[in-house]
Amino acid sequence: MTEGPSQRHDNFDRERFLDLLGLMHRIRAFEEEAIAGQKEGLVLGAIHPSIGQEAVAAGVCGNLETADLMLSTHRGHGHTLAKGAEPLAMMRELFGRKDGTCGGKGGSMHIADFGVGMLGANGVVGANIPIATGAAHALKLQGSRQIVTCIFGDGAVNRGPFMEGLNWARIFDLPVLFVCEDNTFSATTRTREMTGGAGAAARAESLGIETAELDGNDVVAVDSAARAAIDAVRAGQGPRFLTCHTYRMTGHTSVDPGAYRPAQEVEDWRRNDPIVRLEAALQVAGIEDSRLSALHRSEAVGMAEIARTARDTGWPEAAGAFTDVQDVGDPSERAF
Amino acid sequence: MYRMWVTQARGRSEMTMSTYLEAGRRAVMEEMQRDASVWALGEDLGRGGVFGQYKGLQEMFGEGRIADTPISEACIMGAAVGAAMTGTRPIVEMRFSDFALCAVDELVNQAAKARFMFGGQMRVPLVVREPVGMWRSSAAQHSQSLESWYTHIPGLVVVAPATPADNLGLLKASIRCDDPVVYMEHKNLWATEGEVPEGDYVVPLGKADVAREGRDVTIVTWSGMRHGCLKAAETLADAGIEAEVLDLRTLWPWDRDTVFESVGRTGRLLVVHEAVAVSGFGAEIAASVAEALHFRLKAPVARLGAPRIPIAYAPTMEDMARVSPEGIEAAVHKMMQPEDIS
Ligand SMILES: Cc1ncc(C[n+]2csc(CCOP(=O)(O)OP(=O)(O)O)c2C)c(N)n1
Ligand SMILES: [Mg+2]
Repeated sequence: MTEGPSQRHDNFDRERFLDLLGLMHRIRAFEEEAIAGQKEGLVLGAIHPSIGQEAVAAGVCGNLETADLMLSTHRGHGHTLAKGAEPLAMMRELFGRKDGTCGGKGGSMHIADFGVGMLGANGVVGANIPIATGAAHALKLQGSRQIVTCIFGDGAVNRGPFMEGLNWARIFDLPVLFVCEDNTFSATTRTREMTGGAGAAARAESLGIETAELDGNDVVAVDSAARAAIDAVRAGQGPRFLTCHTYRMTGHTSVDPGAYRPAQEVEDWRRNDPIVRLEAALQVAGIEDSRLSALHRSEAVGMAEIARTARDTGWPEAAGAFTDVQDVGDPSERAF
Repeated sequence: MYRMWVTQARGRSEMTMSTYLEAGRRAVMEEMQRDASVWALGEDLGRGGVFGQYKGLQEMFGEGRIADTPISEACIMGAAVGAAMTGTRPIVEMRFSDFALCAVDELVNQAAKARFMFGGQMRVPLVVREPVGMWRSSAAQHSQSLESWYTHIPGLVVVAPATPADNLGLLKASIRCDDPVVYMEHKNLWATEGEVPEGDYVVPLGKADVAREGRDVTIVTWSGMRHGCLKAAETLADAGIEAEVLDLRTLWPWDRDTVFESVGRTGRLLVVHEAVAVSGFGAEIAASVAEALHFRLKAPVARLGAPRIPIAYAPTMEDMARVSPEGIEAAVHKMMQPEDIS
């Protein structure tokens, strides 16, 4: 799994992958700041880091247009950033501050930015699959060229909505790309031990959906497979399905030490870090080390500044608790 | 009468300190030792469950009886219904009551109705553990208290313990119960410590606990709010108002006798719960008391619950959905004012 880039370097779009490297650094820096923020009590609820999985977010979302739609999971910071959300607004949301992505109402697990087509992280595993299917259904009804991408974890494939959503997308030939981000675990459980048969892709295939299985830590591979799938979906060929094999480098949440994972396994995957791998590929392609480290530094420094700004932001007004509940029967009329 | 029972039970046994979480774990362990047909199923149980409430039990009882499941709530509940019809007593772990919503058909249309629909040919002895309540910034999908939904369903028993001793004794009673029981532990109470009897301690279902005696007003509550009500009662006592605090513990069936007896004496009823006030179970209690005791009331019955808003993440907004001891005190003071007396 630790081979080099999956394309020959003379055929390697360096500028594109430098951009993706910057994006992966941004995601990592965001989550490192968030984890640090949680230790300081700045992040209030649970956060589910995606450290080690950045190639999936970057490789998939890097091929989407801003107008395209994307739905994510509880582990959605990376997908959201890659879809183009503002890191400062996101950090404010995690800190529960004013001007957060959802005004401080959602937090990490419910982050959403409809302005960039990010239709929400979700606290309920698998719940995003039928919703993504419905969004694609609407796009088809509207004759839009936009597509929907639905990213979910390996654990979601054992819930009924997975089967129902995929079947629906197939029979209505909907413009949706399903991405199973297989990070090996669902919470403390090794998903393979709870999953019959050959897993997510085999199930999608059984429903007549074309699939591809990828090394999810190889952003070059994810990028090219995602581009092909997205082109097909946009061309009206119906749903596509990708399984990206990766590994969750942290515990399930930032406060879970993840001690149920064998140390050697964690170490093997650490050596397989998607950022390190892309840097190595870029070095082979002739990019100077100084440029690579400058890229890293600028994202890390920028994110530290963002975290400082977020921490200096005020709290949302308490009265906001009563807004955006509903129009008819608004709670401000009779809240108690 | 019930108070006597508690005194006797406590008088007989030695007490130890335990957390609410450990008490629940002990209840499962003891019932599994006592009855080989008891087993538990749910996500992550092999590693002790999401809160550690099953820690060590798989080592003790094996993978068959402490079963790790896929993330398949509908099938966890549905399979438990089938297994309960087939001679076993499943403990269904739903992790958060919010996720139990993925299995509502299996609980409401199947578990709750099977015995009746099939003419009493069998029973569905299962316990659904579904932790409820606000905790720290867990936002709209991980903080809800939906107990009133289940009290509305014929066929279900609904239990919401507030203390370590009750979590031990009520969970044991629920596991022994032949009806499907929705068992709601409060997430914010896991670490709460309290005295717990040693030995086989079973608290009967359907009996309230008189958490504090008082002559002026009856506060009926359950789950996490028991503690807020007791705190408010202390402050009220400083102001010369003696509140009686009744912890219902079981919501269906609820202990009408104890509530009516108390309100008959105090003439005032305040129901306090963490759930949204509108259509909350407090409405049922308030209406029942108004129907039965109208002419003995010194003030209109009152309810205190959350406003009808989803629970926000940011603390400023989250706090708007919290019922506080100060809010309880204010509600009691209002009931004690002469102009409110009819
Ligand atoms: C319906 C439902 N059941 C259980 C949970 C609790 N839960 C949150 S994340 C998680 C594990 C999900 O695993 P996976 O889908 O692989 O996503 P990952 O966390 O690995 O990104 C579980 C069980 C939930 N949020 N929703
Ligand atoms: Mg996973």
